[in-house]
Order: sequence, then C-alpha cells, then structure tokens
Amino acid sequence: MPVLELANISKHFGAIQAVNDVSFSLEAGEVVGLMGDNGAGKSTLVKMIAGNFHPSHGTMRLDGKDLVLHKPADARQHGIEIVHQDLALCNNLTAAANVYLGRELRRGIGPFRILDYGAMYKRAGQLFAELKSETRPRDLVKQMSGGQRQAVAIARTMLSQAKIVLMDEPTAAISVRQVAEVLNLIRHLRDQGIAVVLISHRMPDVFDVADRVIVMRRGRKVADKKIASSSPEEVTGLITGAIEQVA
Amino acid sequence: MAVTLDQTIAQKQHTFLSRLFSNQTFWVVIAVILACLFLSFATDSFATSKNLFNITRNVTFVAIVALGMTFVIITGGIDLSVGSVLCLSSMVLAVTMHAGYSIEIGILASIATALAVGAFNGVLIAYLGFPPFVVTLGMLSVARSLAMVASNNTVVFQFGPDHQKLLALGGGAWVFGIANPVLYMIILGLITGFTLRWTKFGRHIFAIGGNEHAATLTGVPVKQIKVAVYMISALSAGLAGIIQTGWLGAVTTNLGNGMELQVIAATVIGGADLAGGVGTAFGAIVGAALIEVIRNSLGLLGINAFWQGTFIGGAIILAVLFDRIRNFRRSD
Repeated sequence: MPVLELANISKHFGAIQAVNDVSFSLEAGEVVGLMGDNGAGKSTLVKMIAGNFHPSHGTMRLDGKDLVLHKPADARQHGIEIVHQDLALCNNLTAAANVYLGRELRRGIGPFRILDYGAMYKRAGQLFAELKSETRPRDLVKQMSGGQRQAVAIARTMLSQAKIVLMDEPTAAISVRQVAEVLNLIRHLRDQGIAVVLISHRMPDVFDVADRVIVMRRGRKVADKKIASSSPEEVTGLITGAIEQVA
Repeated sequence: MAVTLDQTIAQKQHTFLSRLFSNQTFWVVIAVILACLFLSFATDSFATSKNLFNITRNVTFVAIVALGMTFVIITGGIDLSVGSVLCLSSMVLAVTMHAGYSIEIGILASIATALAVGAFNGVLIAYLGFPPFVVTLGMLSVARSLAMVASNNTVVFQFGPDHQKLLALGGGAWVFGIANPVLYMIILGLITGFTLRWTKFGRHIFAIGGNEHAATLTGVPVKQIKVAVYMISALSAGLAGIIQTGWLGAVTTNLGNGMELQVIAATVIGGADLAGGVGTAFGAIVGAALIEVIRNSLGLLGINAFWQGTFIGGAIILAVLFDRIRNFRRSD
C-alpha cells in the first residue's frame, strides 16, 4: 500500500492555476525526484502536502486514510516533514532552537512549564552527530556555513518518526562536497523506510539518488517513471516541453 | 584530537567575559555607573536620597512602558501609541473613580481599555497586514483624542471615595522605603525577563523577529503572537498610566505626550534592535535609567535644559554606533 496518495489535486490562486489535476503515489523507502522549470508548480504541490496550502480540488490519502491538513503542524503530526528551500531558519537563534522551532521541549508541571534548554541541546547534538555534521547546538545560525545550515534544517525532520520527508532544492546553494553529504543523508532517510520527495533542478542529483522521477510542466504532471527507464535527455525534454508527455 | 559528543553539546561560542564585553547592555550599565560616580563627586546634590528617589521614580514610568515595547520591538514591530494609551488609561481610571466607582472598578476599566486598544492595533497589523508604524501612529492620535473626550479636556484631581487608596498605590513606599513605582518596575521586569528567556511564547517572539517567514513555516502561531505583543505593549502603558495617576494625584490630557520616543530610545539604548530579533528586559530598564541620569545630571550641572534633547539623541546614536562597529569587525 502506498504511504501517500494524491488524487486529482489542483490549486489555483485567483485566476492562476498553479497545480492542475495531479495524481501520484509514494511508497515507503522510496526516493522520488520532482522536477520542472520555475513556476511548474513543484513548490505549490509540496506546500499542499506540507499543510501550508489547502488544495482547491482533489484528495490526499495517507496510509489509506483521508488526509486533510489545515496547518503545517497537522502535517507534522501525521509524520510529514519538510525542508524548505530557504531552510526557514532564524539567524538570531541557536542551532538547537532552530531544530526545535515550533515544538520546543518544556519541563515542569501543568501550566508552569519552562523551556528545557538542556534536553534540546542534548538531542540536537545527537542529531548533528548522526548526520556527521560539525554543527554545534549552541552556535548561532547567523555564523554558520551553508552545509551546517542545511544540517540544522534536516535535523528538524528527524525529531519525530517521519514517514515522508519533502526536500525543496536541498542542494541548490551549497558546495560540491556538501552536495555529496546531503545525498548521503537522503539515502540514510530512505534506508530507515522514509519516503523522500526531492525537488531539484540538478539532474545529476536526481539521477544519483532517486528511484523514480516525476516531471511537472505548467501545473500538470507530464511524466512519472522509473529512473532506470529514463534518461537526463528525456527529462530535460519533458521539462522544457520539447517532449510533450510520456506515459 | 577526539572530541566527544558531550563536549560538542557543551561547546559555547564565547566565554563568559567575551560575551559580556560584546554586549551593548553591559556597556550601557558601565556608562550609567560611571555617570553616577562622576556626578556624586562633581555635585553635592546628586547623591542625596531625595535626588536618587526622584531619579528612580522618574525612570520607572518610561521603563515599565519600555518593557512592553521590548516585546513589540523583538518581533520587528513598533508601537507609537504608548504615550497616548497611557494618557487614555489614566483618564479612564480618573473619570471612573471621579464618578464614584471603587478603585478596583477603575483599574479594571482602565486595563480593559488598554487591552482593547492593543488588540485593535494587533489585529490590524497581524491579520490585515497594516504596517505597525501607520496603525500605531493613527492610534497615537485617536487615543489622546478619546482621553480628551472622556474628560472634556479638564484636569481630574478628585478620585471619589477611594481617592486615598489610589494615591497610596502610586505614591507610597510599602517595602523598605522603596518607592512603589520602583517595586512595580522590578516585578514587571522580572516577569518580562522570565517570559522572554524561559517560555515558548518568548522563544516564538524572537523567532518572529529573526525570520517571520520561517516562524510561519515551522508552525509558530505568528498572527496570534503579534496580536498578543501589541496587547502587552498597551497593557504596560496602561499599568504605567495607573501608577503615574496615583503618583501625580492628577491627570491632564497631555500626560505621556511624546513619551513614545523616550520609550523607544530606552529600548534601543538598552540593546534592542529595531530590525527585530534582539532585546532584553534588563536592557529596557537600563536604557531608561541612562536617559534619566543624563537628564538629571544636565540639570544638576547647571547646563541649559535646551541641551537635553541633544544629549539624549547623542546617547541613542552612540549606543547603536558601538553595535555597528562590532558588526563591521565581525563581517571582516
């Protein structure tokens, strides 16, 4: 049974049709590359799965049950995590504070609960170690390198038992060495049985790590096939529209 | 060299001293202490109990409002209406009590008024996307005008049956001879400091100031929190108004006139960043103290009162200048 199923999902903003009648499914432990030119509707699609937008039409099913998300916190509760393109980090806070942003740990009794700094530093430190990142939990994000910032954003998705991790351009703004690190991390998530959706412009990354590729153009899904049976040339053709559509 | 996980977790970016020296608030505290030392030697009248009592009491009204303003400024907003809200709250209290109601009802009405004004500001800013500057600038005008309407632009100095209670509340010194307003300031300062450092609400305020978009994406209830900070700011102005009414024993419609600038100056001198994401309760109080010490010292040193604005403005620019210099050094 697929972990996530999208059926005839559409989203429009006023007169603009950002996503048009898209359906696909996602299996556990599968990495799916989601590709398309700017404005093809990738980010809008992912934001609907993450609970930022509500679909105008269509349904989503998680583990066979209908999924209705009103806010990002709902998505997280269902085990859907997202790494945003801009990483969504607060520069004025520490790495640990950023990892726990929106779900801070607290200790105390009843309404008298205070932030549990110790526990948050500890768990964040363990996550960074697991990611083999040199990030330190007490450091301010302001002074971090691109790779460290990426680690902070990715550590967030590992706080709870995620079923699906959505990654919006995780390799867009980091060095070559760090790209390899991020791709390793994606494999690490996959091996734990997590389904990963990788939005990317970078053809080599997708062909390196993904099992399947979905191509979008002007809000529509134009291809959904195994990496093994596709090629970068074909995908490029699909993105630009040189190839109209494949089954 | 092997580094264990615990070492990494415990690793701090700065030692205690380097953090202290790179802290604007710390240098403002030094400035206040130096100024006080200098004045004690240079003048006979500074270190008298009467003058110190005056200074501490004068600091409190600005400091209490600055505590509330700190919340707003950390989120990256601004509240220009605090001076007028202070006046309106005082006037509601005064008019209610003058009409023969008890002090409890007067205070309730006054606080309710302040919270309503804050909620109005907050909803317009958070839910309708108005710029904070414009909304609170409008409210600056509205609140003062409402205070004039409520009192028919008269001075209220008789507060009905609970007249004495109100004067004791603001003018008394119930503990160790410390003026009551100072006690209120310390209590409110502790509450503010605790909230900012130890609560989820405080953490989220910093997150909004650091990156509002990120806060929204990670599920922080940004809109509700923004409404809450403007209500807190108005509430602090209302409380300061109640205390000041008790202290002065009279309310006029120009109470708190121009106070918003002093309050904003106090928070900025104390280390808050108008771009958001930075600020402390202690900084707000220390900033208010520095402004008052400057003002007081100019009087005692016999410098023409017209120079006050120049010195206070200079202090604001100087405080932020140090911060800029540090940032330049860091970015090199």
